[in-house]
This record gives sequence, structure tokens and C-alpha cells, in this order.
Amino acid sequence: MAVTPPAQRNWWKEPIERVELIWTVLAFLWGIAMFATMILWHVVGKQNLANEAYRISPDVFMTRTEAFAKKYKVREEGKTGVPVVRPPAGADVYMLGRLWEWWPVLELEKGQSYRLHLSSVDWQHGFSLQPINVNIQVHPGYEHILTITPDQSGQYGIVCNEFCGIGHHQMTGKIHVVERKPQ
Amino acid sequence: MTTVDVAAGQAVAGRQAQFRSCPFTGLRVDLAAQKLIIANAVAAVIFLAVGGLFGLLVALTRWPAVHLLPAELFYLVLTGHGANVLLFWIIFFEIAVLYFASAVLLNSRLATPKLGWLAFILMVVGAVMANVAVLQGDSTVMFTSYPPMKAAPHFYLGLILFAVGALVGVGIFFATLVIAKEERTYEGSIPLVTFGALTAAIIAVYTIASGAIILIPTFLWSVGLIGTIDPLMYKVVWWGMGHASQQINVSAHVALWYAIAALTVGAQPLSEKVSRTAFFLYILFLQLASAHHLLVEPGISSEWKIFNTSYAMYLAVLGSMIHGLTVPGSIEAAQRRNGFTKGAFEWLRKAPWGNPAFAGMFLSLVMFGFIGGISGVVLGTEQINLLMHNTLYVPGHFHGTVVAGTTLAFMAATYLVLPLIFQREVAFPRLAKIQPYLFGIGAAGISLFMMGAGTLGIPRRHWDMTLADASMPYEFSAAAFLMMGLNGVFAVLAALGGIIYIVVVVASALGGKKVDASRPAWQFPVTSAAGANVAKYGSHGTVKLPGTIILVGVFFVAFMLYYYVNWKYLSAVWPLR
Repeated sequence: MAVTPPAQRNWWKEPIERVELIWTVLAFLWGIAMFATMILWHVVGKQNLANEAYRISPDVFMTRTEAFAKKYKVREEGKTGVPVVRPPAGADVYMLGRLWEWWPVLELEKGQSYRLHLSSVDWQHGFSLQPINVNIQVHPGYEHILTITPDQSGQYGIVCNEFCGIGHHQMTGKIHVVERKPQ
Repeated sequence: MTTVDVAAGQAVAGRQAQFRSCPFTGLRVDLAAQKLIIANAVAAVIFLAVGGLFGLLVALTRWPAVHLLPAELFYLVLTGHGANVLLFWIIFFEIAVLYFASAVLLNSRLATPKLGWLAFILMVVGAVMANVAVLQGDSTVMFTSYPPMKAAPHFYLGLILFAVGALVGVGIFFATLVIAKEERTYEGSIPLVTFGALTAAIIAVYTIASGAIILIPTFLWSVGLIGTIDPLMYKVVWWGMGHASQQINVSAHVALWYAIAALTVGAQPLSEKVSRTAFFLYILFLQLASAHHLLVEPGISSEWKIFNTSYAMYLAVLGSMIHGLTVPGSIEAAQRRNGFTKGAFEWLRKAPWGNPAFAGMFLSLVMFGFIGGISGVVLGTEQINLLMHNTLYVPGHFHGTVVAGTTLAFMAATYLVLPLIFQREVAFPRLAKIQPYLFGIGAAGISLFMMGAGTLGIPRRHWDMTLADASMPYEFSAAAFLMMGLNGVFAVLAALGGIIYIVVVVASALGGKKVDASRPAWQFPVTSAAGANVAKYGSHGTVKLPGTIILVGVFFVAFMLYYYVNWKYLSAVWPLR
């Protein structure tokens, strides 16, 4: 039994049950298939998180984000006082997480690609884009740069899904995706 | 000369152990080991009660219609829930399992019981200290305590003391293995269950070392001796502890599956070689799992993520899948030997479902595989993690592993520990009979509904899914609210199961009838028709296992479908690179 020493001292030389052997081989191959799928997705898939990241001081990131917001600000979001920023297609866009908001609000064109710079200026935050449910961890001191291509127009909410203190559940943000303007 | 040395050495180092003889198994039980097993098990149950209560409060707050606690208290209680159940309940119980699997199963005395008590006291002091820190309200940092968020120094110190105590306990386990071998208390190799416990102990050393490497500097940072802790470095090392400690749980509860299967239906491993190799795969590869928590982190390459998150091509998953066949397979083989040979499933239908040890074990096995296991692999896929990271899917997954898997297995084992070690009959046997079902169904429900809510975007560790206080509100779907309501209902079910467990254990331990060795209410193995047949070694004696083959076939198909469905979901979101 499993609670007593093996009945046969040379248990290593015992033959293996056939069903065990088949299952082990099958499970091993399935593991290889799953491993290969992740690699394959980097070739054929369109959703792979960027590896591009830099160390950055929170102050510098804040300065850059503020400059970006000032340059491309088109209006304010409702009565919140938060600027809505509409950068040209293909531009570098910035969003910072802080206690307790995602700042600023972005307005992007459908079908265009943008280089999104993400960082935090205080604690860790979780960038959670809804309703498409894309979730990215945001660290202070690290600037993560990913290229996003919104493929449907509409309003997208951003919530925070990394616990960041007592105001965590108030931390939200927004991205508007609009149809491309006729040239 | 040598003989003299050995004798002298024994006189100095060896303590005069006092043994009793177990009426069921004939094993010698070191009374010092027995006391330590009881102490650790009792401490485990107390922390389960505290942590479980916290868990119920969390679930009732996240139930939108109830929304019980105010925000500040919710986050505080959630921090306490994690520490008490994930660390204290499980590790106290595991220390008891280690002492049992070494001293009792090997017929040996326990090494240095005095150190065992020191370890126990350290763990109790550490656990209480961390709880005090949390309840004081300055350490609401969640179980993970990610910097730059800072807890009070005695929060970290409590965890460090607890870990040191646990490490001493693991050391006593190793020392007992050495003593048992030297004093020849058993023949040949250690039993499979002890081998599984050894796996858990080896992983525990790695785990506790990771914890020390990161928690000691974090403690120094909290008292102002260190300037900064890099948040990314912290996560890499912290999860070397945080996830690897779950692998201790897996090894321990798989070992208990084998033990319970042996003691209830007289199961023996199909082949020792395969089951032990599967445990060995854990030792080699489980440590890589830190990566599961870093898949959407900046500054880590995809190559690193893919290699580590898959345990180097899913080799640790392979270990679990092997156990997923060999555990039910050994039960089927034993039951067929017991005479239940009709059709594919008579062995399963006529299994001792009224015995809470067996019922809890089998439910734990099935739910760990189908819920915890499959969701874990999917969640841990580099790209798919984008859809789930830090949503409620994550706690959904690990309630499938740690609650439906580990905790249920430990509860099941308790029904054997009570008569064998406490030497008490199980009190309220009728309640005990339904306990694993109540708790199991509750645990399955909370796992599945949290996973469901997570796929709809609901964040974990979040007080208010209505986002009512946010300046830019976002409305989650009605389905998500329904999921959270159902999660609350099933949490109440699980809590009922938990309360019954605690009542049964306390009543048995304090006021239970002493086991009468001449007329025990329990027999081992429970299905005793096996008798002499079981003595025969597995491989040659076993018959075909059609039922198990069907079960693992269903599992495999479910696994593949669910895995690729999630790739399909992923392909529908915004392109990003």
C-alpha cells in the first residue's frame, strides 16, 4: 500500500502498467502542444504583449504625460476636469496610474495603431480595459510601451485591478474610440 | 570499534522514546510525535476557523445585494483571510502531515521533539503577530504585500518567524528520515506517501528560502534601514515563495490522496515507479511557477515567461496528470479486487461514499483536476493571461486548487487522523458524512462563479463593482452581478461545511468517545473484503481499468476544449504587440 514500503525492494525494475505508459506519453505530448501554441502565437497571433520596457523615474514619466496631454488636449471629460487627449494616429500616447485615477482620458481612432506608454507614479496598479478585458500590470519606475490597435469604436472603461489602498475601487479611467475622420 | 561508536552515539543523541502500538495498523506510534501532530493539527483548525470567517465576510461583501462590510474593513479582512487560510491553516496542517509521514509511517521515533515544540511556538507567535498587525489596521496590504505599499514591521516579522518555525519543522522531518533509516525501523524504500511528503518538504525549503530572501529586506525597509524595494524584483522573488508554497500543498495533498485511498479501500499504487517519478517531476520543475504572476509585467521577456510559466514544457503539469490517472486507477484496481467488477463504474458507485475521508478525497481529486488544474494551465498561458490577470478569475482558479483541492483533502484526512492519532471516534458521524459534500459543492461554486465573473472583467480585491464612487463610472454587465450573487450563495454553503468540520473536530477532540481498540467503529482499509488479495503487489495483480480510462478521457477532452476556446476569446480582443 501507499502507506507502507514498496512490497518489492527493487520496485524500480517493476514493469509499468500499459495504461500508465500511454497516458504519460499523451500528457507529455499535450504539454509540448501547449508549449508550442504559445510560441506559435508570437508568429501568427495578433495579441502578444510587448517586451519593450524601460526604467524611468515617476517624476519624468509624469512630466512627459503632462506635456503630452497639454499638447493634444481637445476638451475635458464631462465635469471631471480630466483632459481628453486626441493624439494623431501612430503617435506615442501616455497614460499614468496614480492614487486613484487613470490619467488622462484618451480619444483614439478606430483601426489606427498607437504606442501606448504605461507607468505608475506611486504604487502598483492594474490597467484593466473593459469590456474587452485586457489586463496589464503597471509598476512605478517601469515604463511599459505597447502598440495597441483599437478595432471597434465606442467607450472603453479602465478600472484598477491591483489593490492600491482605500480608494482602489474609485480608480477608473476612459478611452474613447472614434471612427476615423474622413481625410 | 564502530559498534561502540554507534552505541555511544545513540546513548547521547537518541532519546528514550515512548511508543504505543496502533490497534489498527500495528505501527508503533511515538507519543512525542503524536503530541506534536495533535498540537499542529489543532492550531491549523483554529486558524482555519479564523480565516474561514474572514473569507465568509469577504464573500458577503462582494455579494452586491448584501455588501456587508465598509471598504476599509473589507480590505483589512481580505488581508487576514489570505494569511490565515493560505499560510497558517495549510502549513500547520502540513507540519502535522510531515511528522505523521515520517515518524508514524516509518515506525520511528521523531527527531528532537523539543525542537519540534520550539518550531510550533515560533509558528504560533508569528501567526498571532501577523494577525495582530492586520487587525490593528496598519497592514492592509493584502497577502501579497507588494511594495511600495508598506505594512507595519511586525506584519513582516510575524511572517518571518512563522517561516523560520516551519523550516525547523521541515528539518525535523528530514532528521527523522535519517534516524528511521539508521535505526532500520522499516524495510527497503520509504512508503509512497512519505515520498510525497519528502517532495513537499524539499519544495518547502526552496519556498521558505525565497520567502526569507525577500521578506527580510522588506522588513528592514519597513523599519527604515533600506531605502527602496524594487517592485518587480520583489514580485519575482516573493512568488518564488507564494506560488511554490502552493506546490507544497499539491505534493502534500496528493500524498494524502494516496494515503486515504490506501486506508479506505486498500488501494496500492499501480506502479511505484510511475507515481514516484511524478512526484520527482514536481521537485524538478514546480519552482518555476513564480512566472505565473509575471505574465503581463513590464520588463520581462517573452522567452523567460514561456519557459517558466510552462514549467519547462509543462513537465510539472505532466506530474499532476500522471497522479490524475494513478490515484483513481489505484482505487479502481483495489475496488475491483474487492469484488466490484461490474461494468465500467461499479467500483466507483459502490465506493465508500458515506465515509467522509473517502468522499472528501475523491471530490478533492476530481475538483482539483477539473477546476483548479485546467484553469491554472489556461490562466498561466503567456498570452491568455492578458484576459485574466488580476481579475476574479485568479482567486477562482486558486480556490479550485487550494480550497476544493488542498483544504478538502486535509479535511478528509482529518477523519482518519481523529481515530488513528487522537484516538477518538468521530463525533456527530451523520454531520461528518455530509460535510465533504457541503464544503466541496460550496468550494466548487465559489471557484466557478469567481472564474465566470473574472472572464466578465470583475477585478479581484475590489470593494465595489458598481464603481459608484468613481468619477468616471463604468458599468459591468448584469451577468457579472449575477455571478457575484451566486458566489455569495456558494460561499455560505462552503462556510456551513467549514463550520460543521470545525464542530466535528472540536467535539471529537475534546469530548469524543475514546476509540475502543477491541471494537473499533472504523476499520482499515474500510472496504475490508480485500483482505489477503490486497497484499499482492500492484502491477501484476491489477486488472484493466476501463472506468479510470473513461474519466481521464473526459478530463483530457475538457482540458483541450477549454484551452483552445480561450485562445479564440483572445483572438477577438484589440490587436496589441
